[in-house]
Amino acid sequence: MSTTRTFTAVAVGLGLVTLAACGSSSGSGDGGGGGTGTVTLVGHDSFAASEDVLEAFEKESGYKVRVLQDGDAGQAVNKAILTKDNPQGDVFFGVDNTLLSRALDNGLFQPYEAEGAESVAPEYRADPDGHRVTAIDTGDICVNYDKAYFDEHGLEPPASFDDLAEPAYKDLLVTSNAATSSPGLGFLLGTAARYGDDQWQDYWKKLRANGVKVVDGWEQAYNEEFSGSAGGRKAGGERPLVVSYASSPPAEAIFADPQPETAPTGVATGTCFRQVEYAGLLSNAKNPEGGKALLDFMIGKTFQEDMPMNMFVDPVREDARLPEDYRKYSVEVDDPETMAPDTIAENRDEWVKAWTSLVLK
Amino acid sequence: MRPRTAGGLSRANAVRLGLMALPVAFFALFFAYPVAAIVARGLEADGDWQLGRIGEVLADSGVRHVLWFTTWQALASTALTLLIALPGAYVFARFEFRGKQVLRAVVTVPFVLPTVVVGSAFLALLGRGGLLDELWGVRLDTTVWAILLAHVFFNYAVVVRTVGGLWSQLDPRQEEAARMLGASRLAAWRKVTLPALAPAVAAAALMVFLFTFTSFGVVQILGGPAFATLEVEIYRQTSEIFDLATAAVLTLVQFAAVGAILAVHAVTVRRRETALRLVDPSVTARRPRGAGQWALLGGVLLTVVLLLVLPLAVLVQRSLDAPGFAYYKALTSEDGGIFLVAPIAAVVNSLQYALAATVIAVLIGALAAAALARRDAGRFVRGFDALLMLPLGVSAVTVGFGFLIALDEPPLDLRSSWILVPLAQALVGVPFVVRTMLPVLRAVDTRLREAAAVLGASPWRVWREVDLPLVRRALLVAAGFAFAVSLGEFGATVFIARPDNPTLPVAVARLLGRPGDLNYGQAMALSTILMVVCAVALLVLERLRVPSRTGTAGEF
Amino acid sequence: MLLSIEGATVRFDGPPVLDAVDLDVAEGEIVCVLGPSGSGKSTLLRAVAGLQPLDSGRVSLDGRDQARVPAHRRGMGLMFQDHQLFPQRDVGGNVAFGLRMHGFPRAEQDGRVRELLELVGLPGAARRGVASLSGGEQQRVALARALAPRPRLLMLDEPLGQLDRSLRERLVVELRELFGRLGTTVLAVTHDQGEAFALADRVVVMRDGRIAQSGTPLQVWQRPADAFVARFLGFDNVVTATVSGRAADTPWGRLPVPGDSPQGTAALLVRPAGVRIVAAGEGLRCTVAARTFRGTHVAVQLKPEGAPRLEAACALRDAPEPGEEVGVVFDVTDVVVLGDARTA
Repeated sequence: MSTTRTFTAVAVGLGLVTLAACGSSSGSGDGGGGGTGTVTLVGHDSFAASEDVLEAFEKESGYKVRVLQDGDAGQAVNKAILTKDNPQGDVFFGVDNTLLSRALDNGLFQPYEAEGAESVAPEYRADPDGHRVTAIDTGDICVNYDKAYFDEHGLEPPASFDDLAEPAYKDLLVTSNAATSSPGLGFLLGTAARYGDDQWQDYWKKLRANGVKVVDGWEQAYNEEFSGSAGGRKAGGERPLVVSYASSPPAEAIFADPQPETAPTGVATGTCFRQVEYAGLLSNAKNPEGGKALLDFMIGKTFQEDMPMNMFVDPVREDARLPEDYRKYSVEVDDPETMAPDTIAENRDEWVKAWTSLVLK
Repeated sequence: MRPRTAGGLSRANAVRLGLMALPVAFFALFFAYPVAAIVARGLEADGDWQLGRIGEVLADSGVRHVLWFTTWQALASTALTLLIALPGAYVFARFEFRGKQVLRAVVTVPFVLPTVVVGSAFLALLGRGGLLDELWGVRLDTTVWAILLAHVFFNYAVVVRTVGGLWSQLDPRQEEAARMLGASRLAAWRKVTLPALAPAVAAAALMVFLFTFTSFGVVQILGGPAFATLEVEIYRQTSEIFDLATAAVLTLVQFAAVGAILAVHAVTVRRRETALRLVDPSVTARRPRGAGQWALLGGVLLTVVLLLVLPLAVLVQRSLDAPGFAYYKALTSEDGGIFLVAPIAAVVNSLQYALAATVIAVLIGALAAAALARRDAGRFVRGFDALLMLPLGVSAVTVGFGFLIALDEPPLDLRSSWILVPLAQALVGVPFVVRTMLPVLRAVDTRLREAAAVLGASPWRVWREVDLPLVRRALLVAAGFAFAVSLGEFGATVFIARPDNPTLPVAVARLLGRPGDLNYGQAMALSTILMVVCAVALLVLERLRVPSRTGTAGEF
Repeated sequence: MLLSIEGATVRFDGPPVLDAVDLDVAEGEIVCVLGPSGSGKSTLLRAVAGLQPLDSGRVSLDGRDQARVPAHRRGMGLMFQDHQLFPQRDVGGNVAFGLRMHGFPRAEQDGRVRELLELVGLPGAARRGVASLSGGEQQRVALARALAPRPRLLMLDEPLGQLDRSLRERLVVELRELFGRLGTTVLAVTHDQGEAFALADRVVVMRDGRIAQSGTPLQVWQRPADAFVARFLGFDNVVTATVSGRAADTPWGRLPVPGDSPQGTAALLVRPAGVRIVAAGEGLRCTVAARTFRGTHVAVQLKPEGAPRLEAACALRDAPEPGEEVGVVFDVTDVVVLGDARTA
């Protein structure tokens, strides 16, 4: 998942960006397609796409695209649910496997099986009978480490969940609140997937004994506490381990001037939990045909290959190629923890409650 | 004067209702209705009111803990703010020194800065490697002290302006007279100055209490998950956990608490308006004399530097922490990935929104103030005075989510209209406009208005020809404040759909939400720009201070 | 009648401030309402101006009820007690205000402002700030401002109240001349009987929201309607008397009264001029308590034994020394038996 996707207190608002193509191509229906009018995509704040890719869609389909950024991922879903009788758009993007049940149970989406859905890797497909959502991208929530710190201390970075509870890594890890932040929740789900319903609490007791620090949001964890990030270095962060995303190291490298040879941070690949983000056609959409066309486009190769550098996520299409820059810094996560949306739905609230009293009290 | 005949009553009422119509409609439509809608949505299930939820939520030990923490931290913050800021109020009121105007603007900057910007900088002061850590190895970043001190940081100006504003106009000769009658210096102060200041201190304390009781960003950034105020809990329940019932109950609880605070505030403010003999501040301020006074001035300046300037300076320093203003240059580049235009465009967006919000806030606030200032304003109308302050005490997420479900039908389908952002910002700006203008309007002699009426001026022209010229400066001050407040407004803006690019605070938050040196640096650079714009706006206000006779400049 | 007030009543909390007041003012007439503070005279002006709604009764202008006409449409002028000049405007701006409100063209405004400033004796003062004006000048500007839109009725609230005595005496003469020349209809209120008598064609004395007496200055002066009016006009020699025939029994002894006097118990006034000081042993025996020089005459305070004090007016050379014992006799031409208190 995107490194930019965060749930935090000071979370980001929503912007509605009218992507009227500048200059020549106006996307009025004569370019092709046969569609007319505007199709509105409601997404979270991390949604981003290249301008020419969206222009390509407008040309191809004849629709104009409007993007409404509606807060962080959790807020965006909640708002979409609140307004489902009179939605703000036609397609919603950005509900992930941790919140999918909330969206589906509340009747947020109407069925539509996107064209090209067969090229989505099978493990990411959800709601096989209802076809209410289409997987768009994936990302891994993993512990990141500060390479410099471990070099200096002649210490091996941790590789697994078990390692994090080792005395060698005492007082080194910072994570964010599972109740209010997406990476925090993902990390909790990862431990639950790894150790099972009956064991994960024991694991967290050990983590707590080993000095895990919990802050409220990803921003505080990553920009303030983590010693390996740009913000953390300035703020004097002193935790070399942070729960973030597998795509954070590439972002650290790409958003630096000059860009370094290798990313300053690494990924503990044995500590990952895989997030899958879905999009769907909103119930009561005003332009369902346009919405369908947009969904088709979003799992098309053009969009899928454009995503990584814009949102720092991985495509769900098996045949999509990752951009060069992205590959240069990214880390392959071979065997992330996963969990079926249904299992998450059944246990999420229970687990978060237990986790809160176990770790925060 | 209370006219009794039907004709007289209806005419006076008609004027008052006419003036009130727009403010009432504004608050009904853009505040009461959305808030009621979201609370109702939370408490209603399958057509039944789930009032049992109220008892359930209140019985929850976690919620009671939040209530307790909210209350005591607000009390502690208020006490600490008074303790630290009252000497400042005295120094600003009674001493003349170089750079006073600039400094007064500087201490006000935090008040209008969004917490998102300041939180991290404040950590630099109290956290690891911060000043306290360097000097004494003391770190406060995980303690409640961080919250309390940050509250002082944000509310210092409230005390300095409210109390200092009055203090500077108290005639020092009254104290001198008491001393001539044999009172010691301390006794004279206690018997003469303190009673005169008490209502201002009470009003300032109540405002600080209100602001800290509803504190959000500070608690969340500095407090971590272990500390939560009601406001934070409402946010979590609404925005993340999506338990609207719990959020609704908490909203009601906060509403009741804030209502009580405002009622007390209204009483103290009214008492303050009962006339004191005031003089021009320029005659009461003089250069400090003697070691004691110089030490006091030095102490206050040191406090201001450490507590207020240093955190702001950290932001500036971090924004410059790349060769050749690289972060500022990056703001103008369009391939950031987070935005579809260069981040610098957020400055323009912010200015436009703030301008629109200012126009709305001034219009609504001025009308409300005009209605409230009328001598024949009854108790009902005066009650509206306190009501106007309520938006300051209601969670932005409640209002934002309320907008979403309440304003979704034509002709009020404003969800994706740009006007919603300035409207939400104006909700916060109006109380400042009213508070600034009301005392000035009340000071305008009614017979001046009557003179104009007898000469043929209709009520509207009376307002334009008599009131407006007299309150023009107050109006400008109010407008400036509304402008600065909307510029920094983050809470409500964040929850509202906007048809174009983000405002400054929102852009800062977005940049902070993404890893990478350039993103972080740009966030700091934008924060610095926001700070400078706020500071300039406030500095301009300093030059426009309302004529001292009215004694109201910079009131909150 | 230009202005007609019928049964005008206003009450705030407590007893009525205006209690069923009837008053007519004819075109071109100058009427002065005289009364102590709290008598309701200012409220009466405000009610006529439309600034104070009536609880009952009516105000009509040219026979038209004004109840539904707001202040700014009544076309009246009102000069406030403390002038209430607009502080942010200069003299010209103040005078032109009413003209602007009535939509006069700019050129006409300027001409009229010039004309009025000349009329009130402040030619060329248009660009002066009002803060720089003396009290008398402010009063003139206020008058010019009130006159500028040519009001049907000009009302003055204590027009000269704040000015010093000599200025007041000069201005009151100027005002009367001016109003006479312009034919202005004026309704003024004041607490100063000298001002009222000098200005008015007709004086109306008010007490506790009611009209106590109405008449020409001479009528009121010569025959105050009751003890209150007499005392308010500055007469202190007022006692209760029993009149029978051409004589009255009073604490000062038996006094002669004019032949047409009402009989029975009544208030009785002796004007100071009617108190004649004679040699001790003659008439009523008094001690001189004090004497006050009044310019044209000397007011002598006399203390009879077992009776209220008396004030006498006599020429300077005739004035006795304080402490002297004198006798007092009464001149029937200055003895007035006052009518019933209800006489208006």
